Amino acid sequence: MADNPTPDLDYPETETPAAKPKKKGVKRRIFLAGSALVVGGGIFGVWWTDSSAKARANALIGGEGKQAFGSVMTIAEDDTVTVFSPHIDFGQGSHTALGQMLADELDADWDKVAIEQAPADMAFANAALAKGFLPTMTGEFAAGLIPDAVIGMMARSMPLMITGGSSAIRFTGEVAMRRTGAAVRAALIAEAADRLGVPESELTTADSVVTHAKSGKSLRYGELAAGAAERSLSSDPVLKTREQWKLIGKPIPRRDIPAKVDGSAVYGIDFTLPDMRVATIAMAPVRGGKLESLDEAPAMAVKGVEKVVKLPDAVIVVGKGYWQAKKGLDALAPKWSDGGNASVSTAAVYAAQAKLRQTAEKPDNKGGAGDVDAAFGASGAQLVEAEYKVPFLHHAMMEPFALTGHFKDGTLTLWGGLQDPLSTRTKAAKAAGLDVENVVFNPMIMGGGFGRRFPDLVEIIDQVAVLAKQVPYPVKLIWSREEEVRHGTYRPQSSAALKASLYSGQITAMRMDYVQSGNAEGEVPFIYDIPASSRRHYAYQSNQVDGPWRSVNATQIGFYTESFMDELAAAAGADPYQFRRNHLPEGGRHRAVLDEVARRSGWGTPLPEGVGRGIAIVESFDTIVAEVVEVALKDDGSPKVVRAFAVVDCGTAINPLNAEAQIAGGLIMGLSSAMGEQVTLDKGAVVESNFTDYPILKLADAPPVVDVHFIDSGAKTGGIGEPGLPPASPALANALAALTGKRIRTLPVLTQAKA
Amino acid sequence: MAIAFSVNGKPVSVEAEPDTPLLWALRDDLGMTGTKFGCGVAACGACSVHVDGNLTRSCSLPVGEVAGKSVTTIEGLKAADGTLHKVQQAWIDAQVPQCGYCQSGQIMAAVALIEQVGSPSDDQIDEAMTNICRCGTYPRIRKAILAATGAAAAAEGAA
Repeated sequence: MADNPTPDLDYPETETPAAKPKKKGVKRRIFLAGSALVVGGGIFGVWWTDSSAKARANALIGGEGKQAFGSVMTIAEDDTVTVFSPHIDFGQGSHTALGQMLADELDADWDKVAIEQAPADMAFANAALAKGFLPTMTGEFAAGLIPDAVIGMMARSMPLMITGGSSAIRFTGEVAMRRTGAAVRAALIAEAADRLGVPESELTTADSVVTHAKSGKSLRYGELAAGAAERSLSSDPVLKTREQWKLIGKPIPRRDIPAKVDGSAVYGIDFTLPDMRVATIAMAPVRGGKLESLDEAPAMAVKGVEKVVKLPDAVIVVGKGYWQAKKGLDALAPKWSDGGNASVSTAAVYAAQAKLRQTAEKPDNKGGAGDVDAAFGASGAQLVEAEYKVPFLHHAMMEPFALTGHFKDGTLTLWGGLQDPLSTRTKAAKAAGLDVENVVFNPMIMGGGFGRRFPDLVEIIDQVAVLAKQVPYPVKLIWSREEEVRHGTYRPQSSAALKASLYSGQITAMRMDYVQSGNAEGEVPFIYDIPASSRRHYAYQSNQVDGPWRSVNATQIGFYTESFMDELAAAAGADPYQFRRNHLPEGGRHRAVLDEVARRSGWGTPLPEGVGRGIAIVESFDTIVAEVVEVALKDDGSPKVVRAFAVVDCGTAINPLNAEAQIAGGLIMGLSSAMGEQVTLDKGAVVESNFTDYPILKLADAPPVVDVHFIDSGAKTGGIGEPGLPPASPALANALAALTGKRIRTLPVLTQAKA
Repeated sequence: MAIAFSVNGKPVSVEAEPDTPLLWALRDDLGMTGTKFGCGVAACGACSVHVDGNLTRSCSLPVGEVAGKSVTTIEGLKAADGTLHKVQQAWIDAQVPQCGYCQSGQIMAAVALIEQVGSPSDDQIDEAMTNICRCGTYPRIRKAILAATGAAAAAEGAA
């Protein structure tokens, strides 16, 4: 691991032949599955031992009157503690939570803690932390702090600063932030002991002050910082016990919110420079297509248009402002090729997936245990089968892609919001033909991400890198919403066939054969305790680019499994809650979560006329979430969720106030996707274009209140940004089945209701 | 051509084609970026402002039609002494924003609703608050609106 191997990034192909099963796609998705667990598991921060890295971190974050401790934090003379987050906060609240974790161990005065985005520099990358921590963490590896599966993937992620897979808190927070806070606190105590001439054991810390109670003397952290910074920091300091926490687990207001209510927060799309121009783009309507011909004159005739730039698969118009650029672009009639993808359609993809599942000699990946076939063939077994389908989903981050670039004196400088600052630099350097040292990236606030901002799948980086080198001024490229919808890196279109055997009301075996680009084995655990289970993955890649979408494969795997569990409960004549409960280990966390959501939602109590109730439980990113939704039908026959409950075991909710919002938001995004969202294909091109035909759930159709409850199990800290989403779609489908008797096996619901 | 109107009480003049949407006049010509671009087709509400007191999706209103009118944006909600509008304060108290990108528009819509009906009911909130939030902050948006209008007790326990 000390070798820091270059990451094996698979860039999305721009030249895709006609849709067919492809191993290439599988390889990429293995990386993405890694993103969820591992690359996302970026643990970053402190380089305890390497003096050159220490100097680099000091140069980057230290300064007049400020002492840097590793690459994680500084203490200023006025006691201000600044915590540098290597993770991006795109609304999930991880910056505040990371600050809480460090400040608690440090015993810092929270009112004097600032949280900043770490610069895009190797001093903040995974490798830095790994070098500092891994040698001392063998015990914790063994104890399961980091899953075994993660370790093998870590080497790839070393040079990255990725945020994803609900990893910020689970890894960076637990490993880097808490330890740094504790180690620096120990150094401050040691410094104070020397200065006061008293034993360390007689000193206490609180609110950024070291106090010697016997003498009544005290020293502020700001006074001690310079001396403490010269001391060596323990890489394995004593951490607080849960009982000692003052900030962790407390509902603390987020630091980023005030600037988000008065218009002062500057997102990537808001960034501006003197003499900056604004550009917008049209890409080949069919993925894999190319720009064949273009007459630039109509755009150049539009007032305010300054330049037309042709890319192999796109055309960019540069103008005085966005509107001028858009008018110029609209005036063009580019001719595009379709890359041989003219026969690709939504129906064709489903048909090809079904054919692959039925005819493939063997699956590409598999998981499970026990002899499923023997159980299916056993005498007296009751067999149940069902097939499910889910569409491509668009991320629909509210801020469309925007990235500003300025190429000057051999250096390309970028400003924008992307999930991994370091690989943004790498990708831009490659596209611009520059050394990575000559690319500077300034990360900015992001208007949502949901998995769309992983740099390796973000074309705007390449586009701006190329564009900026062709113009003498700074230029901001903005994607229109239409381009955003039609050129996504979608949650894959996926389909599955499930089969199970029941004996005396108990499942004896279950099999899921699923077809999609990426493999979910090793990522989405099968939680039920049954004698035999099997999941078989068949890899299928269409001409689209698939990517991680909030909670990644847990969305569709959760929908398949939890819809089918209700169908099995029905076949067994059992209550859906009791049926699940009977298949979850007694005394285990899953059963506790399920029981609590049943209790809080009043499962089994009578419902008002016209209301149906559904339940589902999914584990993802080390967090277990069970949800109950109650659904009614509106006058037009479309469903509306009237009440929603979520019970969560994420070990510890670092900031319950924010964690509640993440779970509720995940549940609502899950309902939104299940209700009406789908990206469909016709002649190889995406049909949908904007929020007019890609409907996002609105306030009136969202549950007025989401009852979120956390079970403080003390288990290892799980993710919070993603796990609220997966149970929502099966809970909705199960509630609708309970209400109407009609089982929804193809999402989204609205197309089924209208069909 | 020069088009004159007022923004947050101050007279402004922009040199723009009259078909330029007010959104882009605000953002690109006046450098006021609190009003956001989300869809360009008046479907999401991220660009919501008030024009002569009426809630308006500025991405679809040509600036030529704004000549002589009075525009209020998210930057103009604060009092002259910097005190936040009660809706902005309610948004902080309820910890509404996640990514925050849609919240300028959500707040402008909520302010317009409250100015129009005083203390909106749940049904009125459902009807009026049609802006899209991808993060799913709707329960807290509802809670904040109720809190801002003194109906906080009704929102007790809301997520």
